[in-house]
Amino acid sequence: MSTIEKAPAKGKTKEKPAVKNISGSVAVLEAFLEEGVSTIFGYPGGAIMPIYDALYDYQEKLRHILVRHEQGGIHAAQGYARSSGDVGVVFATSGPGATNLVTGLADAMIDSTPLVCITGQVFAHLLGTDAFQETDVINITTPVTKWNYQVTDATEIPSVLAKAFYIARSGRPGPVLIDITKNAQLQKFDYEGYTKCDHVRSYRPKPIVRKEYIAEAAKLINEAEKPFVIFGQGVILGKAEQEFIKFIEKAGIPTAWTIMGLSAIPSDHPLNVGMLGMHGNYGPNVLTNECDVLIAIGMRFDDRVTGRLDKYAKQAKVIHLDIDPAEVDKNVKSTVPVWGDCKETLPLLTAQIEQKVYPQWLQKFKDMMKEEEDSCITPELNPTSDQLTMGEVIKNLNELTGGDAIIVTDVGQHQMVACRYAKFTQSKSNVTSGGLGTMGFALPAAIGAKMGAPERTTVAIIGDGGFQMTLQELGTIMQSEIDVKILILNNQFLGMVRQWQQLFHDKRYSFVDIASPDFVQVAKGYNIPGQSVSKRADLKKALTEMLNTKGAYLLEVMVGKENNVFPMVPQGCSVAEIRLK
Amino acid sequence: MKQEFTVTVYTENQIGLLNRIAIMFSRRKINIESLNTSPSEIEGIHRFTIVINELEEVVKKLARQIEKQVEVLKAYYNTNDEIVWQELALYKVPTDEIAEKVKVERLLREYGARAVVIRKDYTVFETTGQREEINKLIAVLEPYGLIEFVRSARVAIIKASSGFHSKLKEFEKREPGEEVIENEYLGQGDQVFTM
Repeated sequence: MSTIEKAPAKGKTKEKPAVKNISGSVAVLEAFLEEGVSTIFGYPGGAIMPIYDALYDYQEKLRHILVRHEQGGIHAAQGYARSSGDVGVVFATSGPGATNLVTGLADAMIDSTPLVCITGQVFAHLLGTDAFQETDVINITTPVTKWNYQVTDATEIPSVLAKAFYIARSGRPGPVLIDITKNAQLQKFDYEGYTKCDHVRSYRPKPIVRKEYIAEAAKLINEAEKPFVIFGQGVILGKAEQEFIKFIEKAGIPTAWTIMGLSAIPSDHPLNVGMLGMHGNYGPNVLTNECDVLIAIGMRFDDRVTGRLDKYAKQAKVIHLDIDPAEVDKNVKSTVPVWGDCKETLPLLTAQIEQKVYPQWLQKFKDMMKEEEDSCITPELNPTSDQLTMGEVIKNLNELTGGDAIIVTDVGQHQMVACRYAKFTQSKSNVTSGGLGTMGFALPAAIGAKMGAPERTTVAIIGDGGFQMTLQELGTIMQSEIDVKILILNNQFLGMVRQWQQLFHDKRYSFVDIASPDFVQVAKGYNIPGQSVSKRADLKKALTEMLNTKGAYLLEVMVGKENNVFPMVPQGCSVAEIRLK
Repeated sequence: MKQEFTVTVYTENQIGLLNRIAIMFSRRKINIESLNTSPSEIEGIHRFTIVINELEEVVKKLARQIEKQVEVLKAYYNTNDEIVWQELALYKVPTDEIAEKVKVERLLREYGARAVVIRKDYTVFETTGQREEINKLIAVLEPYGLIEFVRSARVAIIKASSGFHSKLKEFEKREPGEEVIENEYLGQGDQVFTM
């Protein structure tokens, strides 16, 4: 048999991309396009002007949202990242522009939100001279970034940005800040194209999976009589919702969530037994100290979840699945550490466990839920007094949205109530500042969350205190026509602090009595329609109007001034000492 | 109980990394007793040697947090009997005092010190050793008018280490090999699987 020799194909050699001479600023925007960025939140200023000048020609490809304050910009990028599962991108200028990012960076760091922030910096030759709007951004942001880097030469920009996006989104995600001096933004260089980064020598995004631990963990689960699954945002960040549901359904184990994990499984899932932590549900807290095997997945045993550590789950064998080796044994000593990405480890574990149900054990959670309903939930959702409660607002909202909305919350009582009572049908729907507890987060984060999932209804639930911290972003909503529903739950107090003062400081209400402007009038000034309600009879109609209005809407609901959030694990107490009143 | 630990960190050579590592200690209010940065056995890889007084539990967690930093390859922590360590010290004393007293010379020889500079007005001696030996020599020289004293940071070699060459090869691979992620639990079975 003869073979025909193939002649080398002529003229088919891959063409090298033509070398273009471009500025550092253009290289930044080209990198964004290569990384799939479509939206930028930012605010211009002197040291970032060359990038904004380049952006002028990229307006068709990159949508830039002009915020009203850099903190608003970074929270918006966080909201975008959380609802889309992609990287949020921010522009800010040097000096005050950059320092205004710090709160958002700290928030993104502790809540593992992938961000790439670009800050302008003074010319390289002015570094260290106290030049106008110069600040040492790299050192200021070091503790609150996963990685940061200062670029002083434009030729570095493509590779540094590739590294920035890779680090921000891989492994346990986090914020990255790239500080670019003005000369590097202006500098022209020969651009040889963009290569995505997929490896950094000194960086291990995830540890390798140890099969022997999976086997050990499966053995513990199979032998358990009262196993309990608790999970956090790791399930969402790992895009492992399906793998997670398969795991709990085969294992048949009651499952509770941290507020960062909320929405990863549907609220009505039969194995969903509720919320963990300080204001979580009764059963999950008490039974943490009764289970025999505790399976923690993608969560970090925050003190708000564990209460007093030396009395936390001491009777249980602990299996901890986490992508970050530093989290394992940080707060709670694990019996079996399962290091790795839960998208990989969960299917391995599912394969080795037996199909089981624990009807009696599950019933225990249900019984305790009944107890909680009688003493906390029913009075909150179906109050007998004339005053509205936060809980009934959320209940009505659930009925109208069917649990399909993205709920963005601020920090405080309304946040706990919303997390407790909001219903969810799909993942990435609960956006809140969990670790840092940043008041003022919700309004800008809702802008980003809406842009990250434009087809979805986005409701920002905010207290009267938190709203006043970043209400300037109403200007962003007005100008960029963002369809955000703003629901202010106004109790005329800094409610969570007031609650603590009532319970632990002898009702000495020290500076929690906060006055507010007429929020509806403020919104009106920004061309945003709205209304304020304080009567039960008007509530549903007002919520309906809010949801049906095209574009942004502000609804203020006046709720009881001195309502408290219960149950509550008082600080310094064990989870089993949770109080129902 | 708190004890002396030497933390050895292998890193990329990057501006700002010293700060990134130093703040990991200060954030936890841990005082750095001694800090040395130097090249390592591999070109381009830096080596930090940091001495602290802490509980083992704290140091273990700290080492993991340090290792998590993007530009850090590996962090080890060791007690003093797991390392070979040295410090260097310089002593400046008036030459006339020393010259007059032959006894001093004998003492210096005893402590392994050598003269680095001898001038009319002063002499600088150098010694390397462990803290105790170095401190003893201060006491000895003080009666002869010790003008200046300085001691360097600790440098240390880990007794059980086989160096970083093979580890680095693992790091350079796209996928991490078994070598890189060290696991204290591995193969220890029930001993470790307890609360």
